[in-house]
Amino acid sequence: MNAGDTAFVLVSAALVMLMTPGLALFYGGMVRNKNVLGTIMQSFIILGIITLEWVLWGYSMSFGPDHGSIIGGLDWFGLKDVGMNPSADYGSTIPHVAFMIFQCMFAIITPALITGAFAERLKFSAFLLFVLLWATFVYNPLAHWVWGVGGWMGKIGALDFAGGTVVHISSGVSALAAALIVGKRLGYGSTAYIPHNLPMTITGAAILWFGWFGFNAGSALACNGLAANAFIVTHIASALAALSWMFMEWWHRGKPTTLGAASGAVAGLVAITPGSGFVGPVSAIIIGALGGVFCYGGVLLKSRLGYDDSLDVVGIHGIGGTWGALATGLFASTKINPDGANGLFFGNPGQLWIQIVSAVTTMVFAFIMTFIILKIIDGVIGLRVSEEDEVKGLDISLHNEAGYSL
Amino acid sequence: MKKIEAIIKPFKLDDVKDGLSGLGVKGLTVTEVKGFGRQRGHKEVYRGAEYQVDFISKIKIEIVMESGLVAEAVKMIQEKARTGQIGDGKIFIIPVEEVVRIRTGETGKEAI
Repeated sequence: MNAGDTAFVLVSAALVMLMTPGLALFYGGMVRNKNVLGTIMQSFIILGIITLEWVLWGYSMSFGPDHGSIIGGLDWFGLKDVGMNPSADYGSTIPHVAFMIFQCMFAIITPALITGAFAERLKFSAFLLFVLLWATFVYNPLAHWVWGVGGWMGKIGALDFAGGTVVHISSGVSALAAALIVGKRLGYGSTAYIPHNLPMTITGAAILWFGWFGFNAGSALACNGLAANAFIVTHIASALAALSWMFMEWWHRGKPTTLGAASGAVAGLVAITPGSGFVGPVSAIIIGALGGVFCYGGVLLKSRLGYDDSLDVVGIHGIGGTWGALATGLFASTKINPDGANGLFFGNPGQLWIQIVSAVTTMVFAFIMTFIILKIIDGVIGLRVSEEDEVKGLDISLHNEAGYSL
Repeated sequence: MKKIEAIIKPFKLDDVKDGLSGLGVKGLTVTEVKGFGRQRGHKEVYRGAEYQVDFISKIKIEIVMESGLVAEAVKMIQEKARTGQIGDGKIFIIPVEEVVRIRTGETGKEAI
């Protein structure tokens, strides 16, 4: 056991925890003022529900003893056998419970990311049920495939340092399924859904950027050079994507916007996530710069294709996550991480193929499972609030509160 | 007694207020309002999506005064709020039946 590593992972877990309330502000500022609390609540309360799920069965399904390379068993239900001593497989220098709580924060933020797709119209009961089922049947298997000992994606050599497939592709593709099934907001096409508080959104983006250092650097599970590398490439990619998105928008629409700079920063963080433990700083410049450009294109896609992904989860997490997974197959280098692999540009084209296989499988699995889960919930309790409640706003109709008073 | 209601461009408020004070106007009420006239709205862009915003922010000033002062006040507002561009606003003049000062119960001219 190493005191420095333990302190680092615990602090990183706390940083990742802060990302979810940060996301709540990021999303909350982008909706109309009648839905600010309803939107913030959808992120905030996941801290409650997924913590319980994770401790009871989520951690065991994700990281417990492997069954057929597909799923962990329930041997660690209620954290049985997950103790203060290090686990041989997950961070051999830190307490097993420290790894568990670090991973818990990832399990929390992932479904919270999806909530942007159905913002301003989902019933609260349907939302709670969705989060619980999605975590159990989509997140836990995916986490096991990629990071669990014996998981098949890890076995074929897919590289995903901090969650490009598990967190971002999965949430982005699930968001697409959700936007299609839940349907458009009332007044789509005629109503202007103008963000009601962009300073709140920028504050949220800044908290996400800050917390992401824990997300990526903490994924080294030790306070070492690899963690420092992950820290700097994370920062570089975010900086570059904020710039590239801003310049794209300036060129395309005539004005640089704060929402564009903040969206770009998040897109860069998404794009660097899977490669943060495998790529160097110059690669991070390219990954970030192109991440901002691709995600800007990604958010334009929704009006072309006509689905109402309210807060652009598909455009940022789906597109950014996919770019990140592929970019890892291009830019990974064993000079950065000897335990990783080389990518296409470092003489190993096979790695790109492995990354494509893992990204596409994640997309198909997450899309189909989310589709099924939402159809079942729709059939049993219904997904959307009534038209009257949607017009009134979720703050009053679901929570009996108003975000702002005179 | 008359009430003057003027809709003006927000950045002209200070000029108008100073001008009216110079005429001896003792008080005025200001409200932030939105609306459209010939100027119509403007465009806003969020994440590359363009929205037409029909209502533009303006300032509404309300002043109650003796009828004798009205012509001068209207001239002052027009002079101070004018840019010559479309969207400079409008001035409405409305008759006032009675004014009561809440603290003292005074009415009419004394209450203005």
